[in-house]
Amino acid sequence: MDFNFTPEEEAFRDEVRAFLDENLPENGTRDMEAVAEFQRRIREKRWVGFSWPKEIGGGGGSIMEQVILKEEMARRKAPALGACFMGLAWVAPALIEYGTEEQKQRFIPDILDGKYQWCTGYSEPGSGSDLASLQCRAVREGDEYIVNGQKIWTSIAMWSKWMILLVRTQTDVEAKHDGISCLLVEMESPGLTVRPIKNMAGGDMFAEVFFDDVRVPVENRLGEENQGWKVTVSALAHERSSISEVYGLTRSLERIKVLAKSCHRNGRPASEDPGFRSRFARADARIEAMRLNGMRFLTKQLRGEPLGSETSINKLHRAQLEIELGELALEIEGGLGVLVQGDSAVPDDGLWQRHALSWPEVVIGGGTPNIQKNIIAERVLGLPKD
Amino acid sequence: MNFGFTEEQELLRAEVRKFLDQNCPLEEVRKLCETPEGFSRSLWERMAELGWVGLTISEEGGGVGLGWVDLVVVLEEVGRSLFPSPLLSTVLAAKAVDLNGTEAQKSRWLPGLADGSRIGAVAITGDEGRLDAAGIALEGRPDGDDFTLDGEKLLVMDAQNADILVVAFRTGSGEEDLSLAVVERSAKGLNIEPHRTMDLTRRMGRLHFDGVRVSADALLGSAGSAWAAIEHLQDCAAAAVCAEMVGAAEGALKLTTDFANQRVQFGQLIGRFQGVKHPLAEMFIDIESFKSLCYYAAWLLDECSPEAPLAVSRAKAYASESFARIGVDSVQLHGAVGYTWEYDIQLYLKRAKWARPAFGDAEHHYQRVAKLRGF
Ligand SMILES: Cc1cc2nc3c(=O)[nH]c(=O)nc-3n(C[C@H](O)[C@H](O)[C@H](O)COP(=O)(O)OP(=O)(O)OC[C@H]3O[C@@H](n4cnc5c(N)ncnc54)[C@H](O)[C@@H]3O)c2cc1C
Repeated sequence: MDFNFTPEEEAFRDEVRAFLDENLPENGTRDMEAVAEFQRRIREKRWVGFSWPKEIGGGGGSIMEQVILKEEMARRKAPALGACFMGLAWVAPALIEYGTEEQKQRFIPDILDGKYQWCTGYSEPGSGSDLASLQCRAVREGDEYIVNGQKIWTSIAMWSKWMILLVRTQTDVEAKHDGISCLLVEMESPGLTVRPIKNMAGGDMFAEVFFDDVRVPVENRLGEENQGWKVTVSALAHERSSISEVYGLTRSLERIKVLAKSCHRNGRPASEDPGFRSRFARADARIEAMRLNGMRFLTKQLRGEPLGSETSINKLHRAQLEIELGELALEIEGGLGVLVQGDSAVPDDGLWQRHALSWPEVVIGGGTPNIQKNIIAERVLGLPKD
Repeated sequence: MNFGFTEEQELLRAEVRKFLDQNCPLEEVRKLCETPEGFSRSLWERMAELGWVGLTISEEGGGVGLGWVDLVVVLEEVGRSLFPSPLLSTVLAAKAVDLNGTEAQKSRWLPGLADGSRIGAVAITGDEGRLDAAGIALEGRPDGDDFTLDGEKLLVMDAQNADILVVAFRTGSGEEDLSLAVVERSAKGLNIEPHRTMDLTRRMGRLHFDGVRVSADALLGSAGSAWAAIEHLQDCAAAAVCAEMVGAAEGALKLTTDFANQRVQFGQLIGRFQGVKHPLAEMFIDIESFKSLCYYAAWLLDECSPEAPLAVSRAKAYASESFARIGVDSVQLHGAVGYTWEYDIQLYLKRAKWARPAFGDAEHHYQRVAKLRGF
């Protein structure tokens, strides 16, 4: 056990720090132009797609270097590493593993440059947690697939140029995971309609997407026909340290600390209330556990040991913590917790009210807590499937 | 950066586990619980020969000179097996001498502790297991350079079997009036009365001091300045108990998972019901998490880091809270057989009841975390 870094790793950390000193936008993420310029420069450093092979424009960074880069970026609240979130998170990794040479050339540079957005068409009205039951249909006709059906909860569909789409290309299959294919679809294709859905916070970040005889060239299929499940769930060689998440949660906790000193309970600062103190500490211990769990996963990865479903541990912690921190903050605010941004008496400019209305992005968006528990119970503990 | 064990440590773990599986399965544990001493002298001697008792004792003191991270490996396995022995107490007593004693004191007491011929115990908390300075009530009256102790100490782990007791006492009312001394079992005026404990694998006792004389050369460190040392020992103890909790909680999870994979109701394995499998998944998540906290705390203790107290409190708070629930849930998930004396799961529930308050319960440590984090 040793939590120190090698001189080479420390040198890389210094390089990142020096870069951030020089290039970090002054106004955080508010000034869009400054953020774009910053992202152009980290792209030049090859820190976007840092883990990917150099041949395809990645940075060829080692796992430890990725961790250090992420850590320094998070420490300084830097803008995201690259502008094309979903493209970077799973489209490009799938392209790297399953794409044709031509597909790679066509899409990966744009994803690295953040030229446009990608969205993800997996969920359907009848297929959420049970994703493999999906029904959106694609029938092959010559060099094209004709797509009919519907997707839902498609984040940023209205601002995306491309979609990574899962469709059913075969219906008479034994296992529902078979017969699914993965297509890359232009959002401007004729027959494709996007209808935004308003969420409980009042924003419209996701949408329904309808397919009415949408034609997709066969060359835009990613991976083999009927092998789409494998393509999209393939274990991506990601670094699993949860660093950015831990920094985000730590920052929330620090803000709660300040909030608790300014809010009152029975005429005393809320921070003196033993119940609140205990809940603060409980969250603090769990965030630290997440950080350390991440380091244990990382150590396994570095030793070349297989990393399995235990990473669901941190997903569940994060889901619970996102909810709990929002609840704790609103309870600390007491009566004022009912106000929202724009009211002159709302604490912290309504930050916690926004938080209390946004946790589903984390808690539901990436697989629900029940599904994570199933994964652990079945794949780690060896209990029967339900 | 490396948050894992070395090959030597993994080897040590495998050896300890094999030794305990072969020599002290749960049937044997139950038999030992019925004996007056509550542990096996012969196994104790063999463990000492293997170097496990003296693992963390300095080499000059006759030990192996390893750290708390290595100890964690042994204690996890000891906890998993609910192995009854005065290991924890002996290790802590030796730590107190090692860290605070003079050369003369070390050579007087450490070799016997390291080779297992003498058993140690620590009486470093207040009554009701209080951990703050003000909670330490035992009074020592100065008498020249010596002290005379009058009063009592409750809840002393392995008191009844101990030859060497490390005792915290006070000579005045403040934090700067606390001292630490070694009292030998043979001391005149010392009377040891066993407690009756719920967890029969864990022996505890009550010390009565009736004019027990502590000579100046038995004082660990200088008189009146022991609070920092006592607090540090409490942290070492809490981290050690956490390591046992990791193993014991894994033991409970394993028994319950095995049961869920074999018991059929409504025509299917009960492990298929989410009301069963989700609590088991939650246990796993919690164990892995307080395990991470525990390892890190042990490492910081070895590094003498000022961050260690915070790390220890995070670990013990989380462990106390969740192991207690694991004890209850795992009995409940067994149904009625879980309530029988015959089934082993109840042994783990009882261990959880012992471990929860030992060197600070969840509430104590959460409050300490809040304070150390500046909340
Ligand atoms: C903010 C947000 C953004 C999203 N963005 C996208 C996107 O860009 N692209 C996309 O394809 N999808 C997206 N999703 C959809 C998301 O992946 C699904 O919501 C998620 O998989 C759950 O599916 P569902 O909503 O249909 O709920 P359901 O699967 O219907 O679940 C309803 C409830 O039943 C429980 N449940 C279901 N099955 C089981 C089971 N086997 N055992 C126990 N409990 C069960 C669930 O835990 C849940 O509590 C997004 C969702 C959100 C909230």
